[in-house]
Amino acid sequence: MLSGWATETQVTHRQRLWLYVLVGLVAFFLVAPALIVVPMSFSDSRFLQFPPEGFSWRWYETYFNSVEWREATAVSFKTAGLTVLMATPAGTLAAYGLHVSQSRIAGLVQTALITPLIIPLILIAIAVFFLYARIGLNNTIIGLALAHTTLAIPFVLVTVTAGLKNYDMNQELVARSLGANRVVAFLTITLPQIRFSVMSGALLAFIASFDEVVVALFIAGGDAAPLTRRMFNALRDEIDPTVAAISSLLIILAVVLMTLSQWIEARAERRQ
Amino acid sequence: MSSPAGAAGAGAPNVAELAARGRAEKLRIFLLSLPGVLIIGVIIFVPVAWLFGLSFLEMGGGLSLVHYERLMHPSYYLTFQTTFELSFLVTAICVLLGYPYAYVMVQATGIWRSLLLVAVLFPFWTSLLVRTYAWLVLLQRRGLINNWLVGSGIVDEPIRLVHNFTGTAIGMVHIMMPFMVLPLYASMRSMDRNLLLAASNLGASPAKAFWQVFVPLTLPGLFAGVILVFVLCLGFYVTPAVLGGGRVMMWSMQIERSIAVYADWGAASALGVILLVVTLAILAAMTRIFGMQQLTGNR
Repeated sequence: MLSGWATETQVTHRQRLWLYVLVGLVAFFLVAPALIVVPMSFSDSRFLQFPPEGFSWRWYETYFNSVEWREATAVSFKTAGLTVLMATPAGTLAAYGLHVSQSRIAGLVQTALITPLIIPLILIAIAVFFLYARIGLNNTIIGLALAHTTLAIPFVLVTVTAGLKNYDMNQELVARSLGANRVVAFLTITLPQIRFSVMSGALLAFIASFDEVVVALFIAGGDAAPLTRRMFNALRDEIDPTVAAISSLLIILAVVLMTLSQWIEARAERRQ
Repeated sequence: MSSPAGAAGAGAPNVAELAARGRAEKLRIFLLSLPGVLIIGVIIFVPVAWLFGLSFLEMGGGLSLVHYERLMHPSYYLTFQTTFELSFLVTAICVLLGYPYAYVMVQATGIWRSLLLVAVLFPFWTSLLVRTYAWLVLLQRRGLINNWLVGSGIVDEPIRLVHNFTGTAIGMVHIMMPFMVLPLYASMRSMDRNLLLAASNLGASPAKAFWQVFVPLTLPGLFAGVILVFVLCLGFYVTPAVLGGGRVMMWSMQIERSIAVYADWGAASALGVILLVVTLAILAAMTRIFGMQQLTGNR
């Protein structure tokens, strides 16, 4: 229940019942829309009604039987996988390098590395489109993964830097004084201790790529079109109930990833 | 290891050599950031700089401000107005709903706090498109909300809730709420609760303690949330494009149209450059006041 804080300020829970009602409504507002999509995805009708009429798997069948949707899903997983494989090492190395060398330039480089989060996505999208048109990377999975890597590196950098701040660098020094070289010391002493931060970073890199829409709209057409791009186009044309089925699957993915992230955080906190 | 300077027994050269070696090693360690810098430099900085240059070139290739002059045209003015109005409105609603939310969340304990936290984090991890789609379904003419409004007799016939300004604003508030609540929650959690006790002990009424002690201490989190939400709104594309149904022309959509419809790179670049400058100016103003950690530390 609520702590005694309310009474500490001499306001009883009853006096501020309105506050709890408001917050309850906001919580409902935050969660309900996504959850309403799930029952609708089992609707029998072509029109989305709530409560849905009849029960059927037909929209899931449409999704799994459609080559286009299946291929788009495969593209999304491949791109997100490649992004994790590129952004996690690049971001971790950068975080380590900048943390250890603590110079003023390191601060500047750190700022430069998080700018992809600051530059409006639409500008990044047209800029990358412009660049790829010249080097022939438009409509390729590797091109999309490279673009997503630039968006994911900041997340890895920030989480791993936070992990390194809680880590005592002297441990690495001890290992090296006992004969381990820098690389061995990093791999056997430092990395295992910051692994939860690296895992959080990798998770964020995955979702940053998997959910990304705007850049994909510009640079990933044809065979390299990910799920988000096809969904976006489906939304603009008409309300296709297949999207409800896909959305429900994505909600399950979100719950899995969120649980995983909370678990990683809890493990990391217990270690400290 | 066996340097002649060290063998000579003089301390000073050895120290100098160690310092040099230390510097060289520091440089090598620093260079670990190179892969990340290279990827971001080549894929983002180079083309953004290129577009920046392009925005100052006219068709023939000469230097000119023609693309910027054209942005003064009334049709663009409407886009800017819509973008700023929507961003202000969404930010204001997020503050009004997000502040009480974070306030109750930080005081709740056990299962209640977990539930409130999950309610904020769940949308955060759910795909942007899924949430936008959900609102499209809810707000449509025969959607749940219209059915309910008609069924309960509040309105006589379905009202237009989507493919307009209202629907776009509702969807955007939903998407932006976590960005407001999480920094607020972080700043409220790190606050010393005893300050409130002290205030009431010194005779402050609950309202006075709240407004004069609690709120001022949460200002850094509040500003971080406001800036974050506002800046994200300014460049937002997906949700306005879907829920606006083409009737709400945002800045980002104008950029997309310049490329997709008119293939006008000069205009798109000029729009992009101004958007970036405005964004950076707002962020710079904030970092001036509160420092960079507010921006990066709360994720």
